[in-house]
Amino acid sequence: MPRIGQELEEGFFVVKQVVRLSKVIIRFAGDSGDGMQMTGDRFTSETAGLGNDLATLPDFPAEIRAPQGTLAGVSAFQLHFADHDIMTPGDSPDVLVAMNPAALKANLGDLPLGKELIVNTDEFTKRNLDKVGYATNPLDDDSLEGYHVHPVALTSMTVAALSDIDISKKDAERAKNMFALGMLCWLYSRPYESTIDFLNGKFAKRPQILAANIAAFEAGWSFGETTEDFAVQYEINPAQMPTGTYRNITGNPALAYGLIAASVQSGRPLFLGAYPITPASDILHELSKHKEFGVITMQAEDEIAGIGAALGASYGGALGVTTTSGPGIALKSETIGLAVALELPLIIVDVQRGGPSTGLPTKTEQSDLLLAMFGRNGESPVPVIAPKSPSDCFDAALEAARIAITYRTPVFLLSDGYLANGSEPWQVPDATTFATIDPDFATAPNHLDANGNPEFWPYLRDPVTGARPWAIPGTKSLEHRIGGIEKANGSGAISYDPDNHDTMTRLRQSKIDGIADTIPALEVDDPTGDARVLILGWGSTFGPIGAACRLVRSQGFTIASTHIRHINPFPSNLGAILASYDKVIVPEMNLGQLSMLLRAKYLVDIIGYNQVRGMPFKSEELADAILEVIQTQGAPA
Amino acid sequence: MSTFPSLSLVPVATSPQSAKDFKSDQEVRWCPGCGDYAILAAVQGFLPELGIERENIVFVSGIGCSSRFPYYLNTYGMHSIHGRAPAIATGLATTRPDLSVWVITGDGDALSIGGNHLIHALRRNVNLKILLFNNRIYGLTKGQYSPTSEQGKITKSTPEGSLDHSFNPVSLALGAEATFVARTIDSDRKHLQGVLAAAAAHEGTALVEIYQNCNIFNDNAWEPLKDPDTRGDLLIRLEQGEPIRFGKEQEKGVMRTPDGHLHVVHVAEVGTDALIRHDAHATDPGLAFALSRLSDVYSLENTPIGVFRDVQRPSYDRLVREQVASIQAKRGTGDLQGLLRGHDTWNVN
Repeated sequence: MPRIGQELEEGFFVVKQVVRLSKVIIRFAGDSGDGMQMTGDRFTSETAGLGNDLATLPDFPAEIRAPQGTLAGVSAFQLHFADHDIMTPGDSPDVLVAMNPAALKANLGDLPLGKELIVNTDEFTKRNLDKVGYATNPLDDDSLEGYHVHPVALTSMTVAALSDIDISKKDAERAKNMFALGMLCWLYSRPYESTIDFLNGKFAKRPQILAANIAAFEAGWSFGETTEDFAVQYEINPAQMPTGTYRNITGNPALAYGLIAASVQSGRPLFLGAYPITPASDILHELSKHKEFGVITMQAEDEIAGIGAALGASYGGALGVTTTSGPGIALKSETIGLAVALELPLIIVDVQRGGPSTGLPTKTEQSDLLLAMFGRNGESPVPVIAPKSPSDCFDAALEAARIAITYRTPVFLLSDGYLANGSEPWQVPDATTFATIDPDFATAPNHLDANGNPEFWPYLRDPVTGARPWAIPGTKSLEHRIGGIEKANGSGAISYDPDNHDTMTRLRQSKIDGIADTIPALEVDDPTGDARVLILGWGSTFGPIGAACRLVRSQGFTIASTHIRHINPFPSNLGAILASYDKVIVPEMNLGQLSMLLRAKYLVDIIGYNQVRGMPFKSEELADAILEVIQTQGAPA
Repeated sequence: MSTFPSLSLVPVATSPQSAKDFKSDQEVRWCPGCGDYAILAAVQGFLPELGIERENIVFVSGIGCSSRFPYYLNTYGMHSIHGRAPAIATGLATTRPDLSVWVITGDGDALSIGGNHLIHALRRNVNLKILLFNNRIYGLTKGQYSPTSEQGKITKSTPEGSLDHSFNPVSLALGAEATFVARTIDSDRKHLQGVLAAAAAHEGTALVEIYQNCNIFNDNAWEPLKDPDTRGDLLIRLEQGEPIRFGKEQEKGVMRTPDGHLHVVHVAEVGTDALIRHDAHATDPGLAFALSRLSDVYSLENTPIGVFRDVQRPSYDRLVREQVASIQAKRGTGDLQGLLRGHDTWNVN
């Protein structure tokens, strides 16, 4: 492989200027069959290995292969990487790689004028242009005048580079994503060997395809190095990060690892009952790979059976988990209600997506919050917790298990499509530091009957937590019957008594409310300490809110921010925090669901900032919204 | 080890038990005269035969009159939600091979709202025993037709007669790849307990349809099969390996005609050798299915009872355990720190 300054066969030297950048946002866009997600993943992996901070945003259609070359079939992957800590995948790209006219048309609107545009000229045929409604070829007219356009004949150069390899023209063309990757890796000084290693592993059993991919990658690299069209090569220094071992991780595997860690820390076998659904299926896939931990994954006949089997496993003493997205929660509601009545541990993972109904399966949204809170018959309180970033899915899953097991209750874990598929560097935690989760099974009778004989009362509660004893089948002398019918307080016998029902309803509620005693106090980030406006978020809006606050502060304004993980119950000090600011802004990817909860509980007027566009907030737009509130707020007294 | 192969992983009882040991302190609240009482007594009388401790027995039920059953047994029990008991019991049985897990359900619970879970439990072959109390009516909701009600049935929700075609639970179970399917009658205690024993011995999912009388909303639905004057003519008692014959004088039999169908014939006309012998262990479910189709939905003529099918196929829970064990033998038990590290890390110093 030629390196800068190295003598090429032709006998001349290529010396290019090296420019140092502090951050770059690249978007790869192509047809859903073009391998854009894999290209993005590889570039991310190289970048992570270099020690840059990074955040990624895959954006793909629900159709596996939409009609080729159409706008509906465009798949994109955006990566933000920098020499400093960053919080989002970036609002708009600095570089757009458009593999066909559809990708250009779908993404050009996001590319600011003056930025770099790399296009695969081979795909700009009349037929492809017609498919997306380009009357004239944008490469030939002046519509791209404001951008730095790099026309590259990606497909034909890839095919030419593979002429010595015995594969079909179609297979050769399919390797063009590796050409693009090689070119970009050169352009941004990404390491080279790890992609070769990766390809060696991925295509080990298909030597021709392996050779083709490596050749295409190398050809792309060489092209970047030799073409006069790229006058400079860029370098981005590693970011300063705390000492430790890091890996890159997306939210779904992080969540799966958190569940496995909870199984190890509680000594309870992990049982997952699940039905495939986007964007949650990868948790099922991940957990099914780890049977060495005794993990059992059951792909059930439907969403209802998935949670039913999980609850049955919990009844037997396992850590029962079900994973799904919004439509699945709608089907699981009755079983969640049963788990509330039975008071058994159960983790319900909802990787939220756009709704209602089928909605936007591959796009993110936070619109299941009220469903999680109230989507059951009767007074049916369930704890709700939400991770704030891809790697935080790990910690949130451990916390969900702690609450579920300690309080014998179903727990909602609200992730979303952005967390599920987005990635960031994760400092690998030290497993020896994880707290133990004690299942504290009942082992002996806990009550005396009228004749003074010991007996077992399944609903005699722990005086501190309000939790009932978890007596698993197989435990001698604790035989008992539980069910969905209201039970007598203490004894657990069927009871239709009006006062008893009122008591039991309040006991179930107070048990959940009491979890707040074990939740860390909410902390507010207010560097100057004199902000009068608070911005409060939950879930995956953490990154965009943090980036927006930096923008606001960089312009000389003050803003306080806080982010809640526990939505039911809220942290104990939340009310006091809300009351201490003049204005409170709550951005959400829904029409104001957390705002509604906060207004109802704390009688605080919330200023909502709401979008349901299927994409994370853009931090600049969010910053503008914050500034508007700050500037209309009037001078502090 | 229990003498029942399906309970090989369940600890044995340390002392003999009696029916009394399995009675809970709860007052039984079915209508006086309900067929459920007879089934409860038969089950309580049978459970000591399992030879296992009662804390290792779990009854899971759905919703309906029959589903109150677990409250009356001094074992572990869960009264769950409508139709979902097979799914819940699947999670329990898959994770706890040291338990004997039973599902109590009815014709509405198992075949209407829970139909999907029933067929999938059967095809998976989880180590569960499903007792389906079939009274051909909705009792707890006060008398609407059920999926086993005969078409044309006059009920509160069908004053002009129901239009739905009915299910035959045995045919359905056989079509769903069940490895054990049997039918019995609430009032025939000896037969009922014999079928329970066969079901308990079977490793995998066993479906036992129990004809049960609802004396309030569908009284005497099965009476022709119970009345000493008529039952001999109608009931076909299936005995493994025996020629299939019935009738008050054993004068009728079942024979396969050249077109491949089963027909009821007079033994005197065809001779005993022409009758087919019952074989519940046949790999092919064809005979069992054909037998299940003999009976008449309205008249109950030619109704077989006994074990239709009893074949060996590894249970789902066994396969799950074996898969986990083989992975652990290969990779060792999990290393959490190694999992979290993965294969693609970098260090910041």
